[in-house]
Amino acid sequence: MSTGILPPISARRRRTDRLMSGLFYAATGIALVPLLLIIGYLIKEGASQFSAAFFTTDPTGNFAGDIGGIRSAVLGTIEMVAIATLISVPIGIAVAIWLVEYGKRSKPAAIIRYLIDVMTGVPSVVFGLFIYVSLVETGIGGSGFAAWKGSVAISLLMLPIVARSSEVVLELVPNGLRESALALGAPRWRVIATVVLPTALPGLITGSLLAVARGAGETAPLLFTVQAAMGINFNLSERMNSLPLEIFNDVQSSNPAVVTRAWGAALTLVLLVLAITLLARIVAGRSRLKP
Amino acid sequence: MTVEAGSVGERSMLERSPMARLPDRALRWILTALSFGILLLLVYFFGKLSLESVDVFQHQGILSFVFSNDWNPSKSQFGGLALLFGSVATALIALVIGVPIAVATAVFIVELCPSRLRSPLTILVELLAAVPSVVYGLWGVFFLIPRLRPFEQWAADTFSFLPWVGGPVAGPSYFIAGLILAIMIIPVVSAISREVISTVPTDHKEAALALGATRWEMIRTAILPYSRSGISGAAMLGLGRALGETIAVTLVIGNAAVIGHQIFDQGYSLAAVIANEFGEASAVPLYSSALFACGLLLFIVTLVVNGLARYIVSLGDIERRVERARRSERKSAAAPGGAA
Repeated sequence: MSTGILPPISARRRRTDRLMSGLFYAATGIALVPLLLIIGYLIKEGASQFSAAFFTTDPTGNFAGDIGGIRSAVLGTIEMVAIATLISVPIGIAVAIWLVEYGKRSKPAAIIRYLIDVMTGVPSVVFGLFIYVSLVETGIGGSGFAAWKGSVAISLLMLPIVARSSEVVLELVPNGLRESALALGAPRWRVIATVVLPTALPGLITGSLLAVARGAGETAPLLFTVQAAMGINFNLSERMNSLPLEIFNDVQSSNPAVVTRAWGAALTLVLLVLAITLLARIVAGRSRLKP
Repeated sequence: MTVEAGSVGERSMLERSPMARLPDRALRWILTALSFGILLLLVYFFGKLSLESVDVFQHQGILSFVFSNDWNPSKSQFGGLALLFGSVATALIALVIGVPIAVATAVFIVELCPSRLRSPLTILVELLAAVPSVVYGLWGVFFLIPRLRPFEQWAADTFSFLPWVGGPVAGPSYFIAGLILAIMIIPVVSAISREVISTVPTDHKEAALALGATRWEMIRTAILPYSRSGISGAAMLGLGRALGETIAVTLVIGNAAVIGHQIFDQGYSLAAVIANEFGEASAVPLYSSALFACGLLLFIVTLVVNGLARYIVSLGDIERRVERARRSERKSAAAPGGAA
């Protein structure tokens, strides 16, 4: 002791340490088990569905016989999410720009930040209800359920995600860049358009893609705003099919073939969402702005 | 308006003409308007939902809607207690299962795992969030429920001395819904915990190790106390997420509007009732008003939970600061007192 050496760690403490480390290992393993199980089971049940016909025919709605594929669901999801993206990404980024460039630490900016947090926490089903009362029930833009109303509901869900992630990225743009541009005489809007946004672009894309991935998988808002349809439909003021709703409806069927189609549709949806998520990661990896 | 950069004084030669400043002002106003559009949107949103719920509140009173247990739409009885109970019960089960695992994963990724595994593990845990909720529901119905049933029955028989355990096991149940919700909240709770844990100062950790602490003792004495409030906040955010989850819960909770006696009983939740009964309800004004009231209730509950979560997270930094200030205050107050 007098030489400054610590007493040896007792066997009990050593055991506790090993036990707890083991528990941490185990917990991480347990957290990953569901992912493996889900992906594995999806591939097992769904991959056999993948065929040319599966992606090139529409669900027929027949109970027996030919039940059809999921073409209209895939197209509908892509169409509706694309429109939701067109609505939510520009607004989300605009709000983020306002927060970072104008609002900063002011009281109004704090209120908007708080509201964005509130929006993030709103359950998607409640957004669905909201769009139902304000757009569907009132029959705005044609009657009743319509694809564009579904897009609006999804965009409400995506908006806070885009705004939040864009704000974080815009904050990372070094102030030196802004000040250099301002010192050269550039007006504020040109600083934003030619310096801030291009610098932050990869980060903005990443945030938007993650929001798209989230929006593509949402079912609940579509239930109240679009409903399902069988065939392909490019008319935005009509009902439209979508992957999540196709799955939701097929699960509840008593026909095993329809349930199997749900697995194929689920695998398609997961692959779609994973592809977008991975793309977001790749773009993020290329960004020069690192937190 | 403010003088923009580029000008040196009040009336400089470099000052832009009002016309040249127009785009700047326009941009500023457009951005401000869009931002405050969110405020308007949420106010309108809240007002609209409240307005739609008024019918059912008038029909049987707000208190009776929230606290009476008789959901029987065919008799125009809309007591939502069983629904509220189901939402809270499943969310609590999700917390009990999910939070320890999520926090342990976060500690493992930040402190224990080899650095080369860190980013793959992070990505894998986050992929759990990329699985859409309808897919979780599908998996729950066809994989989890049939496969877990024997284990559930065994647990129900063996641990029947515990409260809320025992009796026959229903396929879909609070437990299954809670388990799926637990899987769904792991990524968000883990991500926030990871962020909080990685802000623990290295000094604290090294101080613990230098005093002879083992790895676990360092985690227990340095990391967990420091990140306690952040982790509680993360758990609350998870709770908010779990309360609002709809489709997965609808598929696996059994959709029976009763308060179950044990965790393997069927139940219902606020979100599930909306998704499930919406079709039949839309023709009956009072019925649909009841569902809107469920949505409103759900909105308010998640609002309170999320608000609390953020408050707890923010408490983390403030708490420490206040504590430090108090300690130094006590010291300076004690010094003259001791002299006298």
